[in-house]
Amino acid sequence: MPDLGTYAGAVLGAYGISFALLGGLVALTLLRAARAKKALAAAEARNGGIPND
Amino acid sequence: MRLSGRVLPVLSALAAVSLAAGLVWGFFFTPDDYQQGSTVKIIYLHVPAALMAINAWIMMLVASLIWFIRRHHVSALAARAAAPVGATFTLVALATGAIWGQPMWGTWWAWDPRLTSFLILFVFYLGYIALWEAVEDSEKAADLTAALCMVGSVFALLSRYAVLFWNQGLHQGASLSLDKEENVADVFYQPLLLSIAGFVLLFVVLVLIRTRTEIRLRRAAALDQRGTARA
Amino acid sequence: MRALLARELTLALRAGGGAPQGLVFFLIVVLLVPFGIGPAPDRLAGVAPGTLWIAALLSCLMTLDRLFQTDFEDGSLDALALSPLPMEAVVALKALAHWLTTGLPLTLIAPLLAVTLNLPASAYPWLVAGLLIGTPALSMIGTIGAALTLGLRRGGLLTGVLTLPLYIPTLIFGARSAIAAADGQDPVPALALSAALTLAIAAATPFATARILAIQLR
Repeated sequence: MPDLGTYAGAVLGAYGISFALLGGLVALTLLRAARAKKALAAAEARNGGIPND
Repeated sequence: MRLSGRVLPVLSALAAVSLAAGLVWGFFFTPDDYQQGSTVKIIYLHVPAALMAINAWIMMLVASLIWFIRRHHVSALAARAAAPVGATFTLVALATGAIWGQPMWGTWWAWDPRLTSFLILFVFYLGYIALWEAVEDSEKAADLTAALCMVGSVFALLSRYAVLFWNQGLHQGASLSLDKEENVADVFYQPLLLSIAGFVLLFVVLVLIRTRTEIRLRRAAALDQRGTARA
Repeated sequence: MRALLARELTLALRAGGGAPQGLVFFLIVVLLVPFGIGPAPDRLAGVAPGTLWIAALLSCLMTLDRLFQTDFEDGSLDALALSPLPMEAVVALKALAHWLTTGLPLTLIAPLLAVTLNLPASAYPWLVAGLLIGTPALSMIGTIGAALTLGLRRGGLLTGVLTLPLYIPTLIFGARSAIAAADGQDPVPALALSAALTLAIAAATPFATARILAIQLR
């Protein structure tokens, strides 16, 4: 851990908030991707479509 | 779809590696700035996020133009996929900027041209996303949002210059430019480039995943529609 | 063309057409500001141009729905699209009618309301000139927002979300000129920029809006 001096709170806060925001975005993206995959598979099963990809 | 499926893992890995390397290098192995102290480390998040916040809009504009001219469906979906990513990057740039501004300028927020322009950009992203959500017919939604993106680009640019006229700012000049005089020092420059590469790759990966999601959802909807039509 | 303009004007001025309400709305927003920031005359003087401009923006926004919505619902817009008049001209005429019934009257009563807000005397001509030059752009830009949200069930709020950010440049230049005059600075540059902006917007928006309407009518 480097010595951040008086500004430790600011630096760590900035990194914390950024990681939270970007992490949230990545998590949401992956969640939605998984859901879409499942929805498509279900739709294909229902309608007898040929799965491609 | 097949090509993007194959390159996606590679790109994801590259994004993770360069992002981690750039940020770790910047966070642990760079000296403090003689004026800013350790807050200079925020630059590795702030500058790449800000850069990509603007580039994401430009990418949406290009995708919208392609949709308008060639009516290539994937391009409309890619523009839709990029908007939340761009909005999040804008938010990261604003948040890190505020946190940096508090100890350095003595204020969280100032109505400085750059800050204000980013807030305006954020509002444009939100409006764009809201219009996508509001229009039910997907073809019409793609057309309308593409039109909004083009109109919005013109007005975002106009606002940028209007805001410059409105108030002189606190914000420093470009951190990165071809004009070396203005640049940040080399010690900070190299990890910064690496983390910019990381943000670019992260953007590409996220947009690819989200575009694939949109394609799948649309395909599922089309299948169901055909199914009910047949039944 | 003149017939269309006359039709638009009668529709707007007729009871329930919305034009008088737009003006009343303008009055009420200005009335609310002293309650929000206190009655001190010098403080009100400082925010007078901004208040009048924001109120003008909002009352323009509130009256946008009558631009295309009813014509879209009863099919008149389809008829207009099929008429020999190009859609760009229809849009320009509708924007003109909207300005004549919203922006122009509001510009005329703005000096009266400015008295209640204690605006310095030197700023009056510039406030009126600024509104006179800036409000046509508001009507023009409004056609874009109104066209984009046409036919949406909960379009009202979205119209605001999409339109208000587009008003930023007009607001900046328009309000700046009156503020500069009130502060004893040169108000001409802001007014000149405002005029240039309005001309550019008036030249370009009919094409953009006509394109969007074509999408909506497809």
